[in-house]
Amino acid sequence: MSTSMTLEASIRAKKNDRDILLMTHIVIGHPSFDEGMQIVEAMVEAGVEVMELQIPFSEPTADGPVILRANQQSLNEGSTVERCLQFAEECARRFDIPFLLMTYYNILFSYGIDAFAQRMADAGLYGAIVPDLPPEEAGDYLAAMRSRNLAPIFIYTPTTDDARMKLIANVAEGLVYCVARRGVTGADTHFDEELDRYLARCRAATGLPLALGFGVKNRADVDHLVGRADLAVIGTQTIRLVEENGVESVKPFIESLRDRT
Amino acid sequence: MAEKTTQPGYFGEFGGSFIPEILSATFAELRAAYGDARKDPSFWEEYKQLMSTYSGRPTPLTYAENLTQHFGGAHIYIKREDLNHTGAHKANNVIGQGLLMKRMGKTRVIAETGAGQHGVATATMAAKFGFDCTIYMGEVDVRRQRPNVFWMERLGATVIPVTDGTRTLKDAINEAFRDWVTNMDDTHYALGTACGPHPFPEMVTWFQSLIGEEARAQILEERGTLPAAVYACVGGGSNAMGVFSGFLDDAEVELVGVEAGGHGLSTGLHAARLASDDATVGVAQGYKTFFLQDSDGQMRETHSVAAGLDYVGVSPILSNLSENGRVRFEAASDAEVIDALSLTIEKEGLIPALESSHGFVQAFKDAPKLSKDDAILINQSGRGDKDIFTVADAFDDPKWRQFIQEKAAEYAARGDDSNVD
Repeated sequence: MSTSMTLEASIRAKKNDRDILLMTHIVIGHPSFDEGMQIVEAMVEAGVEVMELQIPFSEPTADGPVILRANQQSLNEGSTVERCLQFAEECARRFDIPFLLMTYYNILFSYGIDAFAQRMADAGLYGAIVPDLPPEEAGDYLAAMRSRNLAPIFIYTPTTDDARMKLIANVAEGLVYCVARRGVTGADTHFDEELDRYLARCRAATGLPLALGFGVKNRADVDHLVGRADLAVIGTQTIRLVEENGVESVKPFIESLRDRT
Repeated sequence: MAEKTTQPGYFGEFGGSFIPEILSATFAELRAAYGDARKDPSFWEEYKQLMSTYSGRPTPLTYAENLTQHFGGAHIYIKREDLNHTGAHKANNVIGQGLLMKRMGKTRVIAETGAGQHGVATATMAAKFGFDCTIYMGEVDVRRQRPNVFWMERLGATVIPVTDGTRTLKDAINEAFRDWVTNMDDTHYALGTACGPHPFPEMVTWFQSLIGEEARAQILEERGTLPAAVYACVGGGSNAMGVFSGFLDDAEVELVGVEAGGHGLSTGLHAARLASDDATVGVAQGYKTFFLQDSDGQMRETHSVAAGLDYVGVSPILSNLSENGRVRFEAASDAEVIDALSLTIEKEGLIPALESSHGFVQAFKDAPKLSKDDAILINQSGRGDKDIFTVADAFDDPKWRQFIQEKAAEYAARGDDSNVD
């Protein structure tokens, strides 16, 4: 798929057929590069609309124990940034959905921010999530991403006030990643009225598609988000599943999250 | 103070605030509380008063007459931060942050610790102010600094050994951040050094600036002139920033930061960010500075005999002072550190911490080359008796070994007794 269509346009087109989209996440190189590609394939076959591919970092401060260990395991097996980028490039070539990169800022900074964005564009990727890069520090990154039609994806959290949500909306593109709660990835989230009020605040602050992540792990959670968010993000849960039940458990799990079209 | 660009929290190209969005409001609150405290003279008065009655400040400046004669050069003076309550300069920072916590209405404090000194100081402050306290400490450091773990637990803190990554100081910092992003409503993260996102480097330096303020006045009173050079060990850089900040504007005073040379710079097994060519500029743990990292930006393993210096990054303020040439950086190897410690014990009856002993190494190299009219000042950031297990190993002390074996046998026997009961 060429990146002539932006992430936002791609999401909007798919939203015509579905009341909620699925965005999934893997740590590249976990449990191995070969199994990782099988997981991506299974997720695409199960109907996932968007995927984030995480390049491992030695200091993944925003991640909980499951993704932290996946980062470490991938690095211990010898993952390099170059090999991860090749993996992402292959995903984009083989599968007809938008792929995003997720990683920490030092990976981009060490590569060279402009060179990294160019590499993403060449690889046919759609955007990036960099959780330790707030808009205030993102000048070079924003310029590099925008000039190549790549989406710099930013994050809302329940502690982000309305004024700051507006500020973030002004620089974000593609979608806004709404973190469901305090804490790191992988802990439980309550899908309740407080979450609904938060998502309503997010909706009021931006016209961009909303992706709700952190703690989404079953069909009930996904159902709850219909009409409140555009995408449900499944992160830690599939990593946990692969570790416990192997790669073959991924496809039935993703398929169980929604009705077939 | 250090030279700054117009962007807040930057020192030259270093520093900044690379924080996840979830902490944005928490940092805004902290910046505001810190800003208010800096504008309020009563805050500093209360702080100094508490440091006087609780921690014994001002700490003395000791003239090391025997070491001076031994080297036959500059007069050697030692700033005695080891005489703070809990035995290190760390007390200055935690009492200051504790007072800020009271202003912010926080009731729980978390901290990372390497050598354990910052953990003990934080646990002490928490006990005094009535805060809940959790300390994150790399599993490797828990093993090498058990006496400090013992005291933290006696002081009511929960000590959590960190088993991820390299299981040292940087991993303890990551884990403290993970706690903070979950519990920021009632919790303050009392970062122990002049690193991390803005305002920590500047704020910790402010609390530690007591050291330099006192030291400058003390040496002027003693000698009538400023010292030729000031030496401090550099892990994260808080004791160095504390003592240097008293002399930054005195161009004639050379400032010397001494990093952990470990097994030697050529071996790669060290923690010298600024004294070696091995570190490059990066962004991690919320700030931009020189890190010991590979070309992909993954942090490398570091090594030092001193847990408190065993860290991949360094204060962004010191990175800037290195780049602009105001501070000279050197490295001291593990072996040199043991020799300098040994000499200081024998000649002066002082027991600097292994961390602090790094500063002594370079001071001892430079002293003989200086004139007898000159003076130099070393910051003894902490006391070394906490290092008894490491130092006894380094000295390969047979009587100590025998004592531990007997003690172990005693515990083993007692364990059997309790099983019988």
